[in-house]
Amino acid sequence: MDKVMSDKKVIALYVLPALLIILTLVYSPIVMTGYYGLMKWDGIGEMEFVGLANYTRLLSDSMFWQSVYHSFLLALFSVISLAAYLLVALILAGKIKGANVLRKIYLIPMLLSSVAIAQLWLRIYHPTNGVINSLLTFLGVEDIPLWLADPNIVLFAIFIAILWQYAGFYILIYYAALKNIPESLIEAARIDGATPWQIAYKIKIPLISNVIKVTIVLAVVGSLKYFDLIYVMTNGGPNGASEVMASYMYKQAFRSFDFGYGSAIGFFLLLICLVITWLIRKLTASKEEIQY
Amino acid sequence: MIRKKYSLIFALTMVFLLVVTGCSSPNTASSGNEQADDAEIVTINFMHLWPAGSSRQQNMIVNEIIEEYQDANPHVRIVQEVLENEQYKNKLQIISASNELPDVGMTWPAGFMEPYVKGNRFTPLDDILHGGVKELFVAGTTEAYAVDGKTYAFPLELNIVPLYYNKAIFAEYNLEVPTDFEAFKHVVQTLVDNKVAPIALGNKDRWTGSLWYMYLADRLGGPEVLTNAINRTGTFEDESLVKAAEEVQNLVDMNAFVRGYNGLSNDEGKSEFLNEQAAMYLMGSWELPNFTTNDEIPQEFRDNVGYFKFPTVDGGKGDIDSWVGGPGVGLFVAENSPVKEEAKQFVKFFVERWGDQAVARAGVTPATTVDTSVLELPQLYIDVLNDLGKASNITLFADVQMRAAVAETHLNMIQSLFGKQVSPEDYAKKHEEALAAEGN
Repeated sequence: MDKVMSDKKVIALYVLPALLIILTLVYSPIVMTGYYGLMKWDGIGEMEFVGLANYTRLLSDSMFWQSVYHSFLLALFSVISLAAYLLVALILAGKIKGANVLRKIYLIPMLLSSVAIAQLWLRIYHPTNGVINSLLTFLGVEDIPLWLADPNIVLFAIFIAILWQYAGFYILIYYAALKNIPESLIEAARIDGATPWQIAYKIKIPLISNVIKVTIVLAVVGSLKYFDLIYVMTNGGPNGASEVMASYMYKQAFRSFDFGYGSAIGFFLLLICLVITWLIRKLTASKEEIQY
Repeated sequence: MIRKKYSLIFALTMVFLLVVTGCSSPNTASSGNEQADDAEIVTINFMHLWPAGSSRQQNMIVNEIIEEYQDANPHVRIVQEVLENEQYKNKLQIISASNELPDVGMTWPAGFMEPYVKGNRFTPLDDILHGGVKELFVAGTTEAYAVDGKTYAFPLELNIVPLYYNKAIFAEYNLEVPTDFEAFKHVVQTLVDNKVAPIALGNKDRWTGSLWYMYLADRLGGPEVLTNAINRTGTFEDESLVKAAEEVQNLVDMNAFVRGYNGLSNDEGKSEFLNEQAAMYLMGSWELPNFTTNDEIPQEFRDNVGYFKFPTVDGGKGDIDSWVGGPGVGLFVAENSPVKEEAKQFVKFFVERWGDQAVARAGVTPATTVDTSVLELPQLYIDVLNDLGKASNITLFADVQMRAAVAETHLNMIQSLFGKQVSPEDYAKKHEEALAAEGN
């Protein structure tokens, strides 16, 4: 068997199917997007080469930069909320009663489709009959917020729904990582008189630092290209107040029939994601593997 | 023990899979043979947006027409692909980019279809139009589907936008149907004073708010100002267009619209009217079934719905018989269809059959002329169809008239205008800029 696997031709043969799929489904569309980004194209008729005109337009498009700002805001909130997820995972992994049931409950939002989640939160935020506003009215609050119609709060209202949607996913990742820590280490620390806080802070978290780095990248990149709930809940409105990069790209390509510009935005989004991923890896790189 | 159980389950699954695949392969082989027998069968692919769930009546009529057509033409087989409205729009654009349009499909008029026509995706239908089809249509409706003098689609619907109101709520507060805008404002004020939301509006969809703006523009400046501003023979900074934006904000200041309208979809807005939480609702005549024949909506509510024409403004140039509206979806034939002639014949047959069926059973106000005296229709329909006949003008929906990019600006501006994030002057200015940039 070892002999077969060391043959370069055999390796190539085994890698080929996956390589072909990833080339046709992932890399060639990226190249095509880059190509369309240099064109003026309505998605139907003839293409016209315009060079970098779409990108110069991008740089001076205030609506676009507003959506970039919103995307980064979402990334920031996602990363901050990771701390909360880690805390929950630490508690769950700490052998509390009912941890199993709780873990499943946290995971439920992950099992719902985005559209179902959006519909659920639309009901919650409904200006007159929604859960929140019914409660506020009941409590006698005079000036009830119009969650999705008020440009000042719409973004945060949606953020809550998005963070809720992904909570279970990150909790599960942390939980699995924490469960992987050998029991003997923790026991040794306990015998040495370490408090639960110290165990968590000095032993558990450093040991899963690799997982934490991965989740930061996932959260940031996932936020930057986020689309689903925004599209269903507000479609970027009112007047761009909840627009993110991906929804703006969609609007340009499919609503304004400007595929060239939409592709340019898509390509730009890819570049941003690459740069950010590289930056995070650079910033969080540690020289040596932590071991105890 | 557990491991044994799993391996048993696994083994059973494999057996099941083998049986299923084993059964299915001879099946596919036999169906292949069947098709080989009728080699000369012509298949027409037909894509439409009336799923059996949300548009049951339309779907049924479509199926009947197809069946009838296939019976009369046994060599033709029509294959349907049905998508819901938004998905339909997306798919149409994507497949047209790769030039894989269905033989027959549905399109919207004017600005929507223009890129398709310019991109040489639709085929002109003038030969059939002048072969006895034109006479079927309400005068002036096919023009909305014409580009450079050629007609590229046949309309199925023709809608106008009445202002529906709840008679019971009006009666409760002794309100009369207003015919001028001052009286209308009085109605709004009375309702607000009595803590009833005057107007149901779901402005997340934005074109819904556009209807209000369009009517005010029409009543203030007459039917041509808006159209001229869009086709660049006029300007959007026309006094009456700015004034119309001001009037919209006056209504907003009076709390005329339901709470949170800018975050509600049209369906959510509509439900405020259906739940009798709001007294008025400005919407197309495509809503008529909900107020007449739809059994899912309580009879007593349906009996309470009436409509009136959008009130005139004192000193304004528009008259009360001018409507906002226009043809809805129409049928096109793809330019690269291998069965173009057959597809055209099918489209001809479809529009001939559609009209009477559509209005009598699906409640669609068709683009073909309807003899109201022969058909048994709810009174609300007869009134709307008669008013349609008397219309002095029908202004096509602004976002349909405009090119896509301009329409996007218009719709965003509408939302800002209703949200009071833009002044009427800036509102007009932004439109003017977008229109000038596009050279519409």
